[in-house]
Amino acid sequence: MPNRLFGALRGVHVPHRKNTALMPAVKMDPPSSVVIPTVMHIGAPAKPIVKAGDKVAVGQLIAESGGFISAPVHASISGTVKKVEDIVLSNGRRAPAVFIESDGEMRPYEGITPPKVESLAQLTEAIRASGIVGLGGAGFPTSVKLAIDDISRAEYFVINGAECEPYITSDTRTMLDYTDLVERGVRRIVGYLNPKAAYIGIENNKPLSIKTLSQRFTGDKNIIVKSLPPMYPQGGEKVLIYNTTGRIVPEGKLPLDVGVVIMNVTTLANIEMYIETGMPLVEKLVTVDGSAVKEPKNLFVPIGTRLRDVFEFCGGFKEEPGKLLYGGPMMGTAVPDLDAPILKNTNAVLAFNRKDSEVRKETPCIRCGNCVNHCPMRLNPPAIAKAYNNRDGASLYKQRVNLCMECGACSFICPANQPIVQRHKLAKLVLREWQDSMKGV
Amino acid sequence: MESDNKFIVSVSPHITSGRSTRGIMLDVIIALVPALIAGTVIFGLRSLLVVGVCIASCLAGEALFNLIVKRKQTIGDLSAVVTGLILGLNLPAAINIYPAVIGSLFAIVVIKCLFGGLGKNFANPAAAARVFMLIAFSNAMSVTAEIKPVVDAVASPTPLAVMKGGVGTLPSLIDMVLGLRGGAIGETCAIALVLGFAYLLVRRVITWHTPVVYVGAVFLLSWLIYGSFETALYQILAGGLLIGAIFMATDYVTTPTTDLGKVVFGLGCAVLTVIIRRFGAYPEGVSFSILLMNILTNYIEKATRRKPLGEVKA
Repeated sequence: MPNRLFGALRGVHVPHRKNTALMPAVKMDPPSSVVIPTVMHIGAPAKPIVKAGDKVAVGQLIAESGGFISAPVHASISGTVKKVEDIVLSNGRRAPAVFIESDGEMRPYEGITPPKVESLAQLTEAIRASGIVGLGGAGFPTSVKLAIDDISRAEYFVINGAECEPYITSDTRTMLDYTDLVERGVRRIVGYLNPKAAYIGIENNKPLSIKTLSQRFTGDKNIIVKSLPPMYPQGGEKVLIYNTTGRIVPEGKLPLDVGVVIMNVTTLANIEMYIETGMPLVEKLVTVDGSAVKEPKNLFVPIGTRLRDVFEFCGGFKEEPGKLLYGGPMMGTAVPDLDAPILKNTNAVLAFNRKDSEVRKETPCIRCGNCVNHCPMRLNPPAIAKAYNNRDGASLYKQRVNLCMECGACSFICPANQPIVQRHKLAKLVLREWQDSMKGV
Repeated sequence: MESDNKFIVSVSPHITSGRSTRGIMLDVIIALVPALIAGTVIFGLRSLLVVGVCIASCLAGEALFNLIVKRKQTIGDLSAVVTGLILGLNLPAAINIYPAVIGSLFAIVVIKCLFGGLGKNFANPAAAARVFMLIAFSNAMSVTAEIKPVVDAVASPTPLAVMKGGVGTLPSLIDMVLGLRGGAIGETCAIALVLGFAYLLVRRVITWHTPVVYVGAVFLLSWLIYGSFETALYQILAGGLLIGAIFMATDYVTTPTTDLGKVVFGLGCAVLTVIIRRFGAYPEGVSFSILLMNILTNYIEKATRRKPLGEVKA
């Protein structure tokens, strides 16, 4: 266990704004068309296997995995492929996307059958076929995480239900509305990995989720629901691993290197769903909220649905939106237009009114130290700023800017509105350049 | 292409805590109000004039500097007000206006603006100006009388001067706590200063580390050197220790950011203060100590760096 007095990781208290926590997810009316990108994960793009004019049904493979770190993509509505064309995603990546026009039937693909899963190897294979990626936000292909050569290495299994971002309640609803799936999923993976203990980490601002899951595992000595203080970024992978198992993931290493397999709770529920029904990842539970949204909701949305259709289903905008986000306000990505599609790892879409969207003016750093004292990774942003301004790769390495997970606690707490996260993103590029140049020598 | 591309795109995070530099400065000003009121009650209305002149000079100095070098106006961040306020509270109520104006301009223009403005100066402007004035206007800085004080105590020399072997009698400990003794406007009333400290802690503007370590270490070291519990108490209540420890040694810009660094900084200030008070030519050593430690801030910061989580040494 981490030492509470001296070893506790710091963070910030963000507003919770879990307005939708008590709203069970409803199914959205199927949209008239979708745009499904072939990159919704970290790694190589999937390769499209359909062309304009092809008829597709829900769950049908439309793009196959493009490598070991990649994931296949499936049709989320039934209808006709209109075109396969490159689009630019909000992260700036350009990749082909499959445009499908709905026939209004949402007809499931007839080839859907539950996979046979009786071992970890079969589970990994099934997850690979399901197209499931890290649904907590990172989008790392889940099958890669479970491709473990020696299962004795997996000492702990950590399930991430922290959901520390403001507004987002999709994990909360998964835990409450799909408790059975979560329970069976946990038991299945615990059965295959046989860890010393499994921890389900949940921030204590979700007492109902904690209570519901605790009841399911009261008889299990090695499956522990852990109530965690709501300290952002509690759901950060390294933070949660430390706060549940006490282990520190060294830089450049994976959780498995310190004996931990970690997975988001919604990812887990989707894996179990796939194993039981055979339906790949074609639909996402998404929290729709923000000051510009008329009727905030938790929605099941077909992947590829345009944000325009999602917001329309939520009654449209009550005020002119100034900013749209994929994900929460701490780590979410700003989306430039309403035609952007819902992705596999989209857990929320938020729309803020003009006033909430204003970018606050930057003033000089007064060295208040808030960023230093609230960084969960114990980095020193002012020192990083100095090194970055001098384009000093050696110092950036010394300051370990590469360890920054861009959680935004520093920028959130900064009284001078310094663009710290943005600077760290750029500093990482300077660091990489320096490291490459060092290799050349 | 740019059809409905009307949404703001910026890097996360998209919300902030709402804290601002101006808000922090305002908190510091509020925290100093009790000391200003106490000083005015103890030393008379002229206290307000002195402090007012310092604030006005600081604001004017910064505004003019910005105008001359064609920089954006910065007086709205209130940091010049804080500097003027702290410097004013560090001056005797009976001081002439001219030295007060010159000291204020020195603090703002020479110590702050010339180094690049807020956040760039290496020395605390108020502490540096006080030291500058002690040397440049030593007579003006020690005037005590002329003004009819509300309380008689003022006419007496400062307790530190008395303890250093000067003439006069020491005020009682009660008077020391209340601030009924000779000294600068804002430094004498311990109750008012501690009230300000509590406010800053509650508002999370500063942490306890520097003030508690600084004052605590001065107390223990004095007890050790003088061998008297009572003298140690006098030492922490006398001179500018409390106002220095609470308001000057906690200045963000010129002190370390890490908790451990703050402890080291406070400890260093305490050692220097006790040495100067005991062995130096001046009876008072707080401003000198803070100034000397300011120089070390960068090194303390480096030496107390926290190990990043999961750092692997290459």
